[in-house]
Amino acid sequence: MSGRLRRSMLFVPGNNPGMIRDAHIYGSDSIMFDLEDSVAIDQKDAARFLVYKALTTLHYGSKELVVRINDLTTGLGIKDLEAIVRARPDVIRLPKTETAQDVIDCEREIERIEREAGIPVGSTGMMAAIESAIGVLNAKEIAFSSKRLIGIALGAEDYVTDLKTTRSPEGIELMFARGMIVNAAKAAGIMALDTVYSDVNNEEGFIAEATMIRKMGFDGKSIINPRQVAPLHAVFTPSERDLKKARAIMDAIAEANARGSGVASLNGKMIDKPVVARAQYLLDLYERSKSMPVEEV
Amino acid sequence: MKIITTGVAGTMESSDIIVRIEPKETNGIELELESDVMQQFGKQIEKVIRETLDELGVEAAYVNAVDKGALDCTVAARTMAAAYRAANSTDYVFKEVTKK
Repeated sequence: MSGRLRRSMLFVPGNNPGMIRDAHIYGSDSIMFDLEDSVAIDQKDAARFLVYKALTTLHYGSKELVVRINDLTTGLGIKDLEAIVRARPDVIRLPKTETAQDVIDCEREIERIEREAGIPVGSTGMMAAIESAIGVLNAKEIAFSSKRLIGIALGAEDYVTDLKTTRSPEGIELMFARGMIVNAAKAAGIMALDTVYSDVNNEEGFIAEATMIRKMGFDGKSIINPRQVAPLHAVFTPSERDLKKARAIMDAIAEANARGSGVASLNGKMIDKPVVARAQYLLDLYERSKSMPVEEV
Repeated sequence: MKIITTGVAGTMESSDIIVRIEPKETNGIELELESDVMQQFGKQIEKVIRETLDELGVEAAYVNAVDKGALDCTVAARTMAAAYRAANSTDYVFKEVTKK
């Protein structure tokens, strides 16, 4: 798995020059320029030119740059790829992924364009958003479908519509989809990325949801408002107590290794391999978080 | 690229520019520009519009642009969108490749 953090992936409407200009100042780990749902159907061409020119011209520092294209079945997706692959974002986000074949079809087009444009083949990453009941059932096949995939994401709005239900503050309607997606992603060794929380004025609800999805094993979340960056990063930052415990575990195992013993214990409890792995992950997450400070908005 | 109808792209929002391109019988680009930052950036905006049209092979057009503080990349993007719309064309060509 890439060492990159993707705690926060900020959607930026692709036809909004002001937001495209300022997108890097909010401290999100990734910026996701959107050519899909936030762009009116008669402005798809204008948004495509705008995101293309922004990516070929502007510098966003070390931010990960993602572009959400339109679904390939619409005819718009292929036009998006022709432009966007040449602009060389880090990742292309494929919406409404239902099968592994959807990813394979998109990858084939990306590879063709990379060859035509003289771009190193394989250098464009992909992520697949799963937004339907069938997509959720195929999550495992989707997660394993391409080496380019950095992660799979849940798109909840279309998913709950497909289920003929609505979103609730507790997210009970998303439990199965989240469980499937996080399991499929981890089995494939890629990231699991959660859906947006649309009620931007409900910070308490947002934090509760972020806390839950982190506990479930998600690596991050799509967000639609810069105000959500700081609370989200706070949720994904290990607490002092957790860090202290993780350091103590690592010290105990180092000491046991120095003694030539394969068994370590801490406060009377045996430390086995998964405990060490979790402690290492936590410390690693903390170290990487430190190098990406949140800017005040 | 031949301009055959009126093509408009952009908005009046801050950081954007509206570019309107219309057919012209004789060769040459006739450009009219209005900008909140005319004094500082008028020449640069005009240069970007003319260069973009030149790259697209537009030889004859009336262009009217109302700028609201757009970056060069926005000026270029709106000019491209307006030109393709005015040429009634969706045969988009993307030549530029980002260097990494």
